[in-house]
Amino acid sequence: MHRETTHGSVAVSINGLTKDYCALRALDGITFTIPEAEVFGLLGPNGSGKTTTINCLTGLSKPNGGTIRVLGFDAQSQGLEVRRVLGVSPQETAVYPYLTGEENVRLFGELYSVPRRILAARVDYVLEKLGLLDVAKHRVSKYSGGMKRRVSIAMALVTDPKVILLDEPTVGMDPQARRAVWDFILELRDEGKTIMLTTHYMEEAEELCDEIAIIDHGRLIEFGSPENLDTKYHARDLEDVFIQLTGRRIREGA
Amino acid sequence: MKFGHALALAKKDWKRILREPAFLFILVLFPVMLTVAFGTSFGAMGGSQVTQFKIGVVAPGGNSTYSNQFLHDLDASGAFEVSYFTDNQSAQYSLSQGQQQALVLLPAGFDQSVQSFKTHPSDPGDWVNSTISVYLDKGSPLTAQAIPTMLAQVLDQGVLGAKLTAQASPVILSSPSEVEVRGTSVFQVFAPGLFAFASIYMIMIVAQSYTTDRETGVLSRIMVTPTTSAEIVTGSVVSYLTIALFQAVLVFVCVYALGYHPAAGPVELAVGFLIITVFALCNIGFGLITAAVSRSAGAATGISFVFLMPQLFLGTFVGSALSSAAQEAGRFLPAYYVTDALTSLWTRGASATSPAVLTDLTAVVVSSAVILAIGVLVFRRFASR
Repeated sequence: MHRETTHGSVAVSINGLTKDYCALRALDGITFTIPEAEVFGLLGPNGSGKTTTINCLTGLSKPNGGTIRVLGFDAQSQGLEVRRVLGVSPQETAVYPYLTGEENVRLFGELYSVPRRILAARVDYVLEKLGLLDVAKHRVSKYSGGMKRRVSIAMALVTDPKVILLDEPTVGMDPQARRAVWDFILELRDEGKTIMLTTHYMEEAEELCDEIAIIDHGRLIEFGSPENLDTKYHARDLEDVFIQLTGRRIREGA
Repeated sequence: MKFGHALALAKKDWKRILREPAFLFILVLFPVMLTVAFGTSFGAMGGSQVTQFKIGVVAPGGNSTYSNQFLHDLDASGAFEVSYFTDNQSAQYSLSQGQQQALVLLPAGFDQSVQSFKTHPSDPGDWVNSTISVYLDKGSPLTAQAIPTMLAQVLDQGVLGAKLTAQASPVILSSPSEVEVRGTSVFQVFAPGLFAFASIYMIMIVAQSYTTDRETGVLSRIMVTPTTSAEIVTGSVVSYLTIALFQAVLVFVCVYALGYHPAAGPVELAVGFLIITVFALCNIGFGLITAAVSRSAGAATGISFVFLMPQLFLGTFVGSALSSAAQEAGRFLPAYYVTDALTSLWTRGASATSPAVLTDLTAVVVSSAVILAIGVLVFRRFASR
């Protein structure tokens, strides 16, 4: 298996990424890198290209131009290898309602060929970390929206992936559950995992992200640590930075 | 390909069918209800009831030996309540008024024809051919299916002297059906069609299942795991093939309990179940095509009827009540060959290696493989919309 590491500590490298949907240019030459063991935030209004970037990373969308490398694997020519090292929690709460929380998580462990001898322990571990162990045997159809969201994250993490993509991970969660997820994300980062997340919550980005990229209309318009961006734009917080850059609040949409 | 991935997805499908009431109903309870409904309506519950059909007979040849014997055999069979007409016109009028369910017109050369067969049973060159015209009441499509087959049996076992079903003779029934029906129950004729009838609804379930998974995002999510498209489809094939087999066993138990006892050995029974199971591939294929073109699970339900209805009407037991063009159209549908194969194997008592069964088996295997392949290709193209 060919594995090319372009930079010693780079987990994700995106270079000149372009994606067109008919006449609409959804991504226009996006370029950034994510070092290993970092939490990276991709921020932008609705329709700015965040999910398209993630879809290109996971192989769901085929880019029209540019390159994507994940841990040295080329996303286009080595898609299977990239999918093996990624854990993905999509924007939709994509879970099977007729399965229990445990069965959903176990299924994804099996699809990633997690050895049976460690799968049960791994399932229990992620469910416990996300506060779902007590309800693990209940069908997901009985869960609240926030609980389903946590199951979705557990499904992404059961394989102990090196690179984790979380698209709007805490939407619909109560403050306690959100806090538990944040703590888990930071714990994973400290273990050496690389996490890329998108969020509409500026406080979430400030709390979690080591670096952020702001994209709008498919273009990368700013990149840096939250502290550096606050300083650069003389802003009180990231929301201020966002308004100065895009002319609107992040939740106002495109 | 990793079979473990496919098996994990198959287990997920099995749980869905067991836990989602609508799926459980259509795939498990509906076939049982359907079979029981048909069995009690048209069958010999416990093998004791007898259904009698009203038929009119016109014998222009007069009181000839074999004509008389044939008419006596019809009466003696207990299956028919026979009315005699002196001319075709009055007989046709009686049929059109619903007083008869079928009309049988013996040809003038009937006796000569039977005699030529008896004299030279294995020399068709010396036979005098004749055709018995059969007119069926189209307002009674289910009984119209049974009557020609019963007439054929009376003819074969009576005046033709226990002729083998597959053996040719100079006397031809104008009806295309050549089924040998043991007993006199309509249910005996319909039972093979019930297997395809029950299985066809799998199209709707597969379509709904994939469309829902696409709507909720789980399909995309599966596609970003290391699971390949081939493993996803194999998972579906494994789960639905086992469900088809279970469904077939369930229907078999029901029809057996209702009086349909196949004239088949273990090999013929096994081949019959094999054909029903293979037919599930075709239904998965149609389901994938439906899912590919459907925007929502609701739309998938409606669109699935495009594939479902023709198979129901042209490929199962109501086919012979339709026009000849519609019957010919049925030959383009896999369900037709499933029903025909089961009829040959389990009702006619044909061998598993008989040409008719092998032809049906080939048709089911090839058409199912082609439809599944088309389904996979079409679905892969449109899956991520």
